[in-house]
Amino acid sequence: MLNIKSLKASIDGKPILKGINLNIKPGEMHAIMGLNGSGKSTLANIITGRDCYDVSDGDVIYKGDSLLEKSPETRALEGIFMSFQYPVVIPGVNLTYFLKAALNAHRKHRGEEELDAMRFLKFIREKIKQVEIDEKYLKRAVNEGFSGGEKKRNEILQMITLEPSLSILDETDSGLDIDALKIVANGVNQYRNKDNSFLVITHYQRLLNYLKPDFVHVLIDGVIVKSGDMTLAHKLEEKGYGWLES
Amino acid sequence: MTDIIEKTIEQDYKYGFVTNIEQETLPPGLSKDVIRTISKRKNEPKWLLDWRIKAYNHWLNMEEPDWAKVEYESINYQKISYFSAPKKKELKSLDEVDPELLRTYDKLGIPLEEQKLLAGVAVDAVFDSVSIATTFKDELEKYGVIFMPFSKAVHKYPELIKTYLGSVVPYTDNYFAALNSAVFSDGSFVYIPKGVRCPMELSTYFRINAQNTGQFERTLIVADNDSNVSYLEGCTAPQRDENQLHAAVVELVAHKNATIKYSTVQNWYPGDPKTGKGGIYNFVTKRGICKGDHSKISWTQVETGSAVTWKYPSCILKGNHSIGEFYSVAMANHHQQADTGTKMVHIGTNTKSTIISKGISAGKGQNTYRGEVKMMKGAENARNFSQCDSILIGDECGAHTFPYIDVRNPTAQMEHEATTSNIGEDQLFYCNQRGISTEDAVSMIVNGFCKDVFAELPMEFAMEAQKLMEISLEGSVG
Repeated sequence: MLNIKSLKASIDGKPILKGINLNIKPGEMHAIMGLNGSGKSTLANIITGRDCYDVSDGDVIYKGDSLLEKSPETRALEGIFMSFQYPVVIPGVNLTYFLKAALNAHRKHRGEEELDAMRFLKFIREKIKQVEIDEKYLKRAVNEGFSGGEKKRNEILQMITLEPSLSILDETDSGLDIDALKIVANGVNQYRNKDNSFLVITHYQRLLNYLKPDFVHVLIDGVIVKSGDMTLAHKLEEKGYGWLES
Repeated sequence: MTDIIEKTIEQDYKYGFVTNIEQETLPPGLSKDVIRTISKRKNEPKWLLDWRIKAYNHWLNMEEPDWAKVEYESINYQKISYFSAPKKKELKSLDEVDPELLRTYDKLGIPLEEQKLLAGVAVDAVFDSVSIATTFKDELEKYGVIFMPFSKAVHKYPELIKTYLGSVVPYTDNYFAALNSAVFSDGSFVYIPKGVRCPMELSTYFRINAQNTGQFERTLIVADNDSNVSYLEGCTAPQRDENQLHAAVVELVAHKNATIKYSTVQNWYPGDPKTGKGGIYNFVTKRGICKGDHSKISWTQVETGSAVTWKYPSCILKGNHSIGEFYSVAMANHHQQADTGTKMVHIGTNTKSTIISKGISAGKGQNTYRGEVKMMKGAENARNFSQCDSILIGDECGAHTFPYIDVRNPTAQMEHEATTSNIGEDQLFYCNQRGISTEDAVSMIVNGFCKDVFAELPMEFAMEAQKLMEISLEGSVG
């Protein structure tokens, strides 16, 4: 699904990623843990195509092709999704309209018929139940007046609406209370199957306790210093990151 | 993202085409003789010719205003032709209309036949300066509604015209209003009798066609006691190299309990995208008076075209409890310059006004909101709410806000809010990450920004306005 090969990247001349290797197969969930500034979000941004980074070395291969020259929307349409750490507000654009535009862009790309307003509404009403979002939010502007938890649930709503092959969850657990965390984890788990892959970026193990990733990697200063399974996450929670630093 | 900007810049004006119809045009130049000729061609009564001449004499002693935040090459008024009309006139049915002309309407998306079927819109189509066809006449006559070309109304209802012409915008008002009064070609006259709710939206399409022909429209709408009317005005113009001056005057009169809603979607040729040359100069005077108690005038405008816009649809709130509204979306892309806003003059007690202005600047566009709210001494408990928002797309454009406030009554209340924002890279990336292209994202964000104003437009115009925004904005991202 996703193969990251000795990826090196910098921003404004400052190296952030110093040779990342990561291979995610279909159906796998990988978690990347690390402190602030370790390069976790940079990695997510490079995969999704945010253009403020210089990639100096290495490659990111997705479904057999290099991603690096592709536009962000092409990557999205080819099945890469990111749940944003800080979802943006788009004033005046109601959520239904936004979701419909996004879904129809995907359907068009897949050669499927676009959904009209009526069919879309029927479709989305089913989806919002899965993430326990009240229907009234569909009429609001995108993320406007949403609480932290509502924003994150809205991100997961978009994920299950667009049905990506690879979902990147960038600190989706930050700012969530325990109930919202469960709803979010539940939404993600329902979407897991043998074809869909996940890259979960987080500081803490609490979301991972619900998601139970197949692999856990620790990123420190732009390098993956250790990989393992859930026991590694437990150990980090217990001991912190200090023991891993050389 | 510079390549996207370039792509936009290279985009042609989609309504830029020229209709080849035989025109009867006066040679360029302005003099008393020219005015007499115009008046004679229209077989006008003497009082109207006298009024034109007075306006002309006044205009000769005036100076072109230079206080607006716009720059343009000075206009040579002797190089403009002041009258142009298609040669065939007075047609009884659409079959007699020049097929070439009908094709022009088709290109504009307003085929008359279809218009007849559409949602009860009566169209008084003005092609250059002479009205070609009027539809839905019978239906309107049934209600006693008068909706006809100005030149016809002068003959049929001279008393009404005499009473109201220049009563809101006198020829002495400003330079361009004086010019219009001297040379106005044609326009529309609307009268809604007492107690009548006009059964349909009234609509006029203006179109500038002949080269070097100034367009001087005159619109007068009078709503008698307890009446109600909604008027739509929409414009597009063909592509031309030389600047075309448009100096229209619109006067609205709302009597007791009457409501006038005036909506405009304007998309005249904005000039060459690379050099800014050749676009329309849109110097319009629009003003309404809420004469009677509890009357209401509401202006809604979507201004996407023209090279230079100078336009301030205003309300004089004379009647007690009268209401004035101004909802505006103004867009300046490429080299466009817009200086637009409104003036609300509160005279009566308990008068209320609302101003919602949304300015969009892109490319090298300069967008200015200029508005004045005046509370006169007698305006007890007058209220105003103003909101002026600007959005910037790219880093070569500008947004400017000049609110003037003049309060002479201590009980009056005013609120003013203003914001300026950029279309954020964050917003664009968020949309991109959901598979939405940058162009679609910009148009989505801008349409969201304009929503409060679009909501004020009649349905069919709201759709057209959104389409215009998309056309004008495609790819203008930086």
